[in-house]
Amino acid sequence: MNTCIFIAKNVTKQYGNYIALNNINIKIPQGSIFGLLGPNGAGKTTLMRIINQITAPDSGELYFNGEILNRSHIPLIGYLPEERGLYKKMKVGEQALYLAQLKGMSYKDAIQKLKFWFEKLNIMDWWHKKVEELSKGMAQKIQFIVTIIHQPELLIFDEPFSGFDPINAAIIRDEILELSKQGTSIIFSTHRMESVEEICTDIALIHNAKTILDGPISSIKQKFTDQTYEITLLQGELVKNNLFEIINREENTFIIEPNNGNSIQVILESINKEFNIISFKKRLPSMEDIFIKAVNHE
Amino acid sequence: MNKIWLIIQREYLVRVRKKTFIIMTIVAPLLMVALIIAPTMLALKSQQDRLIAVYEEENVIASQLENRELLHFKIISQEEYLALKSNFNSNLYYALLDIKDNVYTLYSNQQIALATRNNIEVELEYILEKENLKNAGISVQTIKAAESNINVITKIISEDGTATSSNAEVSTGIGFMSGILIYIFIFMYGTMVMRGVIEEKTNRIIEVIISSVKPFQLMMGKIIGVALVGLTQFVLWIGLTLILSSVIEALFLNDTIQNMSQDNSLILGEVNSWFGGINIIQILLSFLFYFLIGYLLYSALFAAVGSAVDAESDTQQFILPITIPLILSFILIQPIMENPDGSLAFWLSVIPFTSPVIMMVRLPFGVPSWELALSMLLLIIGFLFTTWLASKIYRVGILMYGKKPSYKEIMKWVNYRE
Repeated sequence: MNTCIFIAKNVTKQYGNYIALNNINIKIPQGSIFGLLGPNGAGKTTLMRIINQITAPDSGELYFNGEILNRSHIPLIGYLPEERGLYKKMKVGEQALYLAQLKGMSYKDAIQKLKFWFEKLNIMDWWHKKVEELSKGMAQKIQFIVTIIHQPELLIFDEPFSGFDPINAAIIRDEILELSKQGTSIIFSTHRMESVEEICTDIALIHNAKTILDGPISSIKQKFTDQTYEITLLQGELVKNNLFEIINREENTFIIEPNNGNSIQVILESINKEFNIISFKKRLPSMEDIFIKAVNHE
Repeated sequence: MNKIWLIIQREYLVRVRKKTFIIMTIVAPLLMVALIIAPTMLALKSQQDRLIAVYEEENVIASQLENRELLHFKIISQEEYLALKSNFNSNLYYALLDIKDNVYTLYSNQQIALATRNNIEVELEYILEKENLKNAGISVQTIKAAESNINVITKIISEDGTATSSNAEVSTGIGFMSGILIYIFIFMYGTMVMRGVIEEKTNRIIEVIISSVKPFQLMMGKIIGVALVGLTQFVLWIGLTLILSSVIEALFLNDTIQNMSQDNSLILGEVNSWFGGINIIQILLSFLFYFLIGYLLYSALFAAVGSAVDAESDTQQFILPITIPLILSFILIQPIMENPDGSLAFWLSVIPFTSPVIMMVRLPFGVPSWELALSMLLLIIGFLFTTWLASKIYRVGILMYGKKPSYKEIMKWVNYRE
C-alpha cells in the first residue's frame, strides 16, 4: 500500500485572477478507490484535467507510478468526464472503435475488446445504430465502455452514475468494483455521499482550491467520531444517570454520551445488569456529516 | 502522427458519407452543365436560316445582295411582291425587303430580329458605298485593293526578353474564375470547420477526445480532413462536369460537332495562341498553393471562433472581422482586373489575408516573380501565425461553457499557460 499510482505535490493552477488549485497535495494509493470530494467549484475538475494532461499546472510536481507525468502515460489513464457526450450522427460501433484507437489501441485489439464488452453488457445490437437513436442511459453505457476499453491502470470517473436508472447504476458499480479487484486504481468524483461510503477506500476533500481532508476512509471516520454510542434494548427505558447522558431516543434505540472519564466498559456493565442489550456500537459519522462539518468548519 | 491520421480519417469519412455531400457533388455539375449547355442549345434552335424576299424595280442593288450564313435573299417578281405586301402570309419568307428610291423597308408579319436587320443594313451599306465609289470613277480593282482588315496583336515582353502574345479577355476570365473559386472554397469549408468545432463542444465529446490527443492535433486533424473533403468535391465536380458535358454534347449536338471538326485544327491553333502569353503551369501550381494555404490560414481562425462560442448563432460577432478581408478582396476583383499592376493590386496581392484571391486575379496578367515569391512567403508566415494564435484560443475555448466571451477575454486566453 506504500506505492502510489499518482502523487501531486504543491500543485497550483490559476486562471487569470481566479485560483483553481492552491498548493494542493494528493496521494492516490495503488489499487485504491479514491473519492475526490468537494463542493461545486472547489477545483476537482481542474485536478482531474491536470491528471489527464488536458491542462498543465502553473507550479508543482506530478508523478504517475513514480515517474514524472508525461504524454506516454496517456494510454494508461481512462477518463469519464462529467460533461460527456458522443458524436450524435456517428454509428455506435464505429465511434467506439475511433475513441479506442485514439487511446492507442490497434484496430484489431480494439474491435476484439469492444465486442467482449458489448456482449458483456448485452448491447451488441446497438453496434450499427446511430448515437442519436439511443437514450441518455444507453449512451452512458457506451461512454463507460470506451473509458475502460484500453485497460488503463488509473481510471477517473466524474459522476459516473448520473443518468443511470438504479438497475443500470448497480451494473456499472459492480463493473467498477470488479475492475478495482483486478488491480485498477480508481479516482471517483461525486456528490452522492452514499456511493462514496459504499465503494471508496480513500478520499480527499477539496474546498476553495485546497485539500482540507485526506486519507483512508476508516481513519477519517475515526477522526470525526464524537464519543457517542448506540444501544438497542429488547425492552425497557434507559434513563440518564451520573455515568452517561441520553442524547436521543428512537423506539428502543438510545444514543448515549458518557460523562467525563467514565469508560464505556463500566457503563455497559451497569446497563447490562438491568436490561437485555440487543446491539451496541460506537456511532461513526456518515460521509455526509463529515463533508458538511469539514466544509463549514473551514 | 498516428492519432492525427485517425482524426483526419474520421473527419473526412463522416463528411464524405453525408447525404448532403453526395447530393451536392452530383447536383452541382448537373447545374453547371445545364448552365453551359442550355444557352448553346437555345441559341442553336433560334438560329434558323432566314429567307428574305427582295423586290426592286431595276434590280441594281438587289442583284448585288450576297447570301450569308443564316441569311438568304431571293429576288421576287412583281406579282409575288404585291401579293406579299397586301397580305404577308408566307411560310417561305421571313421578311420582305422593299427597295425604292433609296428607301429601304422591311415588311414582315412578325417583329424582325435585331441581328437580321443589322446584317441587312451592313450589307446594303457596303453595296451602296461601292456603288457611290464606282459613280465617282474609282474602279473595282482600286476599291478591292483599298479594303483592309486589321487585327491588333498584343504581346507581352517578359523579364528574360522573350515576347509572347497575350489576350486580355482570357486573362480576365482565368483570373476571375480562380479568384471566385478560392473565395467560395475558403468560405464554404472554413464554415464547415467552425461547425465541426461547435458540434464537438455542444455534444460534449471534446473533453473525452482531448484526454487522448492534444487539442492542437484535434484542430489540425479537423482542418486537414475538411480540406481533403473540399479537394474531393472539387475534383469530382470538375470530373463530372467534363464527363456530363461531353456526353450531352455527343448526344444532342452531334451535328454541330461534326461541322466544327472541319475547323478544329484552326480553332485549336487559335486557342493555343490565346494561352500563349499565360504560363498555365505557373497558374495551376499557384492556384493549388493559394487554394490550400489560403484555406489553412482562414480555417484556423474559423476553428478558433467555433471554440469560443457555444452555439452557431453566437458566431456572428467573431466571424465578421475574419470575413471582412475576404469579402473586400471579392468586391475588389473587378477594379483589380482593370488595373492589375496598380499599387492597390500590389499591396492586396501581398498581404496574406487578401492575397489568395487577389494574386490569382492578377496572375494571368503577368506578375514579377519576386512579387509572387514575396506574396507566397508572407502567406505562409500568415498561416503559421493564425494557426499559432488559433490553437492558443482553441485549447482554452473548447473547455469554456456559458457566457459568450469578449475579445478582451479571448486575448487573455492566448496568454494562458498550457
